[in-house]
Amino acid sequence: MTAGLGVPLPRQDGPAKVTGAARYASDHLAEGMLYGVLVGAPVPAGRLRGIDADAARDLPGVTHVLTHAEMPKLAAPPVPPAASARVPMQDDEIQYEGEPIAIVLAQTVEAAEHAASLVQADVEPAPFTPHPRGNRAGADVPRESGYLSGPTDAEHGDVERALARAPVHLDATYVQPSRHHNPMEPSATLAQWQDGTLAMVDATQWAYGVRIVMCALFGIAPDQVRVRSPHTGGAFGCKGLVWPHQIIAAAAAQITGRAVRVALSRAQMYSTVAYQPQMVQTVSLAASGDGRLAAIEHESINVTSASDDFVEYATMASQTTYAAAAIRVRQRVHRANVNLGTAMRAPVEGCGLWALGSAINELAAKLQIDPIELRLINHADVHPFTGQPWSSKRLRECYEQGARAFGWRRRPNEPERDGPWLVGQGMADCAMGTFRFPSSAHVRLYADGRAVILSGTQDIGTGIVTILTQIACGVLGLEPGLVSCEIGDTELPEAGPTFGSSSTMGVGAAVMAAAQDALAKLRERSGEELGATPGAGALSAAMRSAGIEELVGVGSFAPEDSPYALQTFGAIFVEVGFDPELGIIRLRRAVGRYSVGRIVNPRTARAQMLGGIVWGWGKATMEASRQDERLGRWLSKNLAGVALPVNADIPADVDVEFIDEVDEHAGPIGGKGLGELGATGVDAAVADAVFHATGRRIRELPITPDKLV
Amino acid sequence: MRPFAYARAATLDDALEAARDAGTVVLAGGTELLNWLRLGIAAPDRVLDITRIDGLDRIEQLAGGGLRIGALVRLNDVAADERVARDWPVLREAIHKSASAQLRNLATIGANLLQRTRCAYFRSEEPVPCNRRAPGSGCAARNGHDDRHALFGWTEECIATQPSDPAVALAALDARIVTRSAGGGRRIPVTEFHVLPADGVDRDTVLEPGELIEAIELDRPAPRSAYVKVRERESYEYALASAAATVELGEGGRIESARIALGSVAMRPWRLTEAEHRITRLAPVDPAVSAALDAALAQARPVPGSAYKLAIARGAARRALMTAAGVPS
Amino acid sequence: MSAPQFADHLDLRLQVNGVDRQLTGVDARVTLLDLLREHLDLTGAKKGCNHGECGACTVLLDGRRVNGCMVLAATADGHEVVSVEGLASGEQLHAVQRAFIDHDAFQCGFCTPGQVISAVACITEGHTGDEDEIREWMSGNICRCSSYPQIVEAVKAAAAAGNNPAPS
Repeated sequence: MTAGLGVPLPRQDGPAKVTGAARYASDHLAEGMLYGVLVGAPVPAGRLRGIDADAARDLPGVTHVLTHAEMPKLAAPPVPPAASARVPMQDDEIQYEGEPIAIVLAQTVEAAEHAASLVQADVEPAPFTPHPRGNRAGADVPRESGYLSGPTDAEHGDVERALARAPVHLDATYVQPSRHHNPMEPSATLAQWQDGTLAMVDATQWAYGVRIVMCALFGIAPDQVRVRSPHTGGAFGCKGLVWPHQIIAAAAAQITGRAVRVALSRAQMYSTVAYQPQMVQTVSLAASGDGRLAAIEHESINVTSASDDFVEYATMASQTTYAAAAIRVRQRVHRANVNLGTAMRAPVEGCGLWALGSAINELAAKLQIDPIELRLINHADVHPFTGQPWSSKRLRECYEQGARAFGWRRRPNEPERDGPWLVGQGMADCAMGTFRFPSSAHVRLYADGRAVILSGTQDIGTGIVTILTQIACGVLGLEPGLVSCEIGDTELPEAGPTFGSSSTMGVGAAVMAAAQDALAKLRERSGEELGATPGAGALSAAMRSAGIEELVGVGSFAPEDSPYALQTFGAIFVEVGFDPELGIIRLRRAVGRYSVGRIVNPRTARAQMLGGIVWGWGKATMEASRQDERLGRWLSKNLAGVALPVNADIPADVDVEFIDEVDEHAGPIGGKGLGELGATGVDAAVADAVFHATGRRIRELPITPDKLV
Repeated sequence: MRPFAYARAATLDDALEAARDAGTVVLAGGTELLNWLRLGIAAPDRVLDITRIDGLDRIEQLAGGGLRIGALVRLNDVAADERVARDWPVLREAIHKSASAQLRNLATIGANLLQRTRCAYFRSEEPVPCNRRAPGSGCAARNGHDDRHALFGWTEECIATQPSDPAVALAALDARIVTRSAGGGRRIPVTEFHVLPADGVDRDTVLEPGELIEAIELDRPAPRSAYVKVRERESYEYALASAAATVELGEGGRIESARIALGSVAMRPWRLTEAEHRITRLAPVDPAVSAALDAALAQARPVPGSAYKLAIARGAARRALMTAAGVPS
Repeated sequence: MSAPQFADHLDLRLQVNGVDRQLTGVDARVTLLDLLREHLDLTGAKKGCNHGECGACTVLLDGRRVNGCMVLAATADGHEVVSVEGLASGEQLHAVQRAFIDHDAFQCGFCTPGQVISAVACITEGHTGDEDEIREWMSGNICRCSSYPQIVEAVKAAAAAGNNPAPS
């Protein structure tokens, strides 16, 4: 198969992944390696009077039990890439249940796990602030702890005046619960020091970020840290930053002089890594009788930890989605003795559109205007808050094509019946801001016509290896079989994080530039013409004629300030069945249409959108991580007490398509990120479909049977 | 996991002898025991593997049309048995709606009845107040998250529920559990097998130490039977509530006899005996059938968070009954 | 009648991917999953939850799919185990592996070894009558990237091709 942009090239890492050859962090062994198991604090707040580890140390196979007393004093790392300024195991304070207080090291998994259960913490408990239950009271203005990427309060136009004058109002509060990412791969890291140099194999979305943090913590230079991340088994945001286990593993390896592998249990994924915190969002809409929005007011309060104010900018949705004359937004935090939250697939607009999209659908019902019509009336021709033109926006076509494919215009007023099912239909907007990070890459050409792409980016399942191969093939005119790709190593050219749907724009552009640079260098050194996409034969001939065995093209991408507003758009339509006798809802079909610029690979792009819709279905109807407020701990730190979608939940009839489009302002590829867009809007569309089927507006996710019977 | 010693029993008699020791637990499919060991719910000195005992993995026809299912028959093999599929579809459905294909290849029909509650406090990785985990420590669920909890038969000591799907079907089928112990053996109706909290939270079933399940016996066929399981997701999840129903239809399609058991509403499958009597001789679609179910559920006593399950349990019971009777929903 | 002989460390002998493997002094607590991963360096089967709640550790035990994390290695003594590493013959992928690539049935790949093994078993069992049946019988393997529609397509295609050689 030929490659190049727009070709549905099969995943280049397919053979490795279907045979088990692909190794993830916890699949790595090292000579003399110790298994490390973290011990978590038993209470959500307090002080450690002491830790009795004698029984643990006495077990056969146990080599060390390390507590804060044994840990080196580590310097504060920058946030981000560190998740928190609070370095683990540096003092006797406990700020959340499960906070690491010790690590057991042993020669076998069995000994390490058993020993960890024998470590006894003598704790003086302190009063604690529990995870709030969907209430607004107690919220604070966020402090700067590395997460203020924009203002917490912003206003455009005269909101008070617009609210006072508009004849139609809608005020509602929407809640989404704390939810864990639950990638299938629990976080894991293998750390080893040799001659003052730290080598790590890590499950991460940002190998270079891990390096930055390790340099800061241990006071070492970048060339003294190597982080490899050959494959990351799903992440969705929880492996974006550096969490306690990575730091403790590196410190334990330093203390013991041995390789240390820490693979978190599923339960530890709940209490020592991250989750998307609960958000309580209040939206006020003011509109004219014909549906024109005069004002949007949007407040979002997210839960955060005692140590850091993580801010999830859900209210961004209200700054970017509809053309209201006046907009006011407010971000607040609700501090509690819980572990710190972080971004999760479909952050920002993905969170805000649950509230805003639902409110718009409620307004449509109130005004008896079709939800698409109401959206067209308020279509934002330019960025509503800044007035910037969009780099590219084909949202109207998404509405039109989606509505046609779904049969939206035939939506009956009353739900239809199909056996025991009442059938409801709903739709909503999808939107996601565009993140771009600096990245660099090399493309190395060989005289036999092969090429190797080198970039320190990481594979979390998006298809990056395949995308980069296509981009290089597109420039060089090579068959994909001649191109290989090396990623996931800080010895490779620096690349940005794999989050915020940023990799194709950033790393992709760097690879394109590197391939072009290689071609330019070859033209110069060989004197050959070498037109566009020369192909293996011409490349090889030019290299041989110039007597070059190997040639390296260098490329980079740095986002520039743009006069354009960059964003992706879409429309999602869902049909749900509601069984009133049993109280259950099921997805029957869905249609998504998206405006994202150029599609590099329709196959991997489809996978992203389908995965996003399933993700959104899980958010809408089943996922919630719950804290027991009296105990101050997560309940059901597992995959049995918290439901995630399974195969049987997803019908075959999920239809996703992209508008044929190239966004020239987004970067040289002409495409934008799409890894998160598909997960946005699904919740609001499902809630509207449930309203259609049941007549009930559910404003708190997930929409579970207890809310429907 | 605490260290333990492992051994295999070659015969049931060997197993009975070894299992009398309080520090020994018996391993069959392992799908529950391994998690108990990991969570500290069980911390034995010895694990006795009984999976290689000959003869307990067979399904045999009984005189009079019944069936004897050896305790070690894997769940998927019970469901795949042609006689079960034909004559006891409720059991097949309950099995297929439990766990996953992989787990059902391991889990055995006998040990499935010994599944312990899914109460999140009971299953906690670290100890939290739970009278079943630590006697006298209290019940964190009673004033905590109680929405998965009981509708019937709970006490302040424990508000949990029994999660087995096959147990619900077997209760509706009036199946018997055949046990063996060093002193002999007995037959226990499935409906009397699990112990309600009022009779103590120190044990889940009436099995005595050293007493093992040898087989399950089914009586006369129940070809008109169905299982309905209600859960947020479509598969691989425990029930919010479930229902098993069997009916025999007589002249004019009237209900000659019916048996209904609810699942995940108490610490044992909950038979709706009174409703079963009230609906005999009624047509399945008779409004009095629904009224009888309403009356049965009116006797429930939910904890605050589980009140919503009343409607679900009622709906599941009605659906199971109608499906068993062949009435389309 | 003979009293069972209890031991906290055991000598085990299993057929793994067609190879006779003998291990001495294995801790009785070691699961089949950890035996494969930590003792035999067969890391295809993954530890996603270690509680039988995700399916990433699915392997064939005497030809039947099971969760490797729910089986003690001692129980598997004397039995045959096939992990994802045992499906391909050399460079020649198993038909199900090929179908997973052709139908783009994975993203991050972490659950994939379990999905592939489960799919092989699903087809062998005959649970591929229609898409609903495939969906139900493939629900013991969670894919958080959610390639579920593509997994169903792959299983359907592999089943239809009738080319599902039982692994050795």
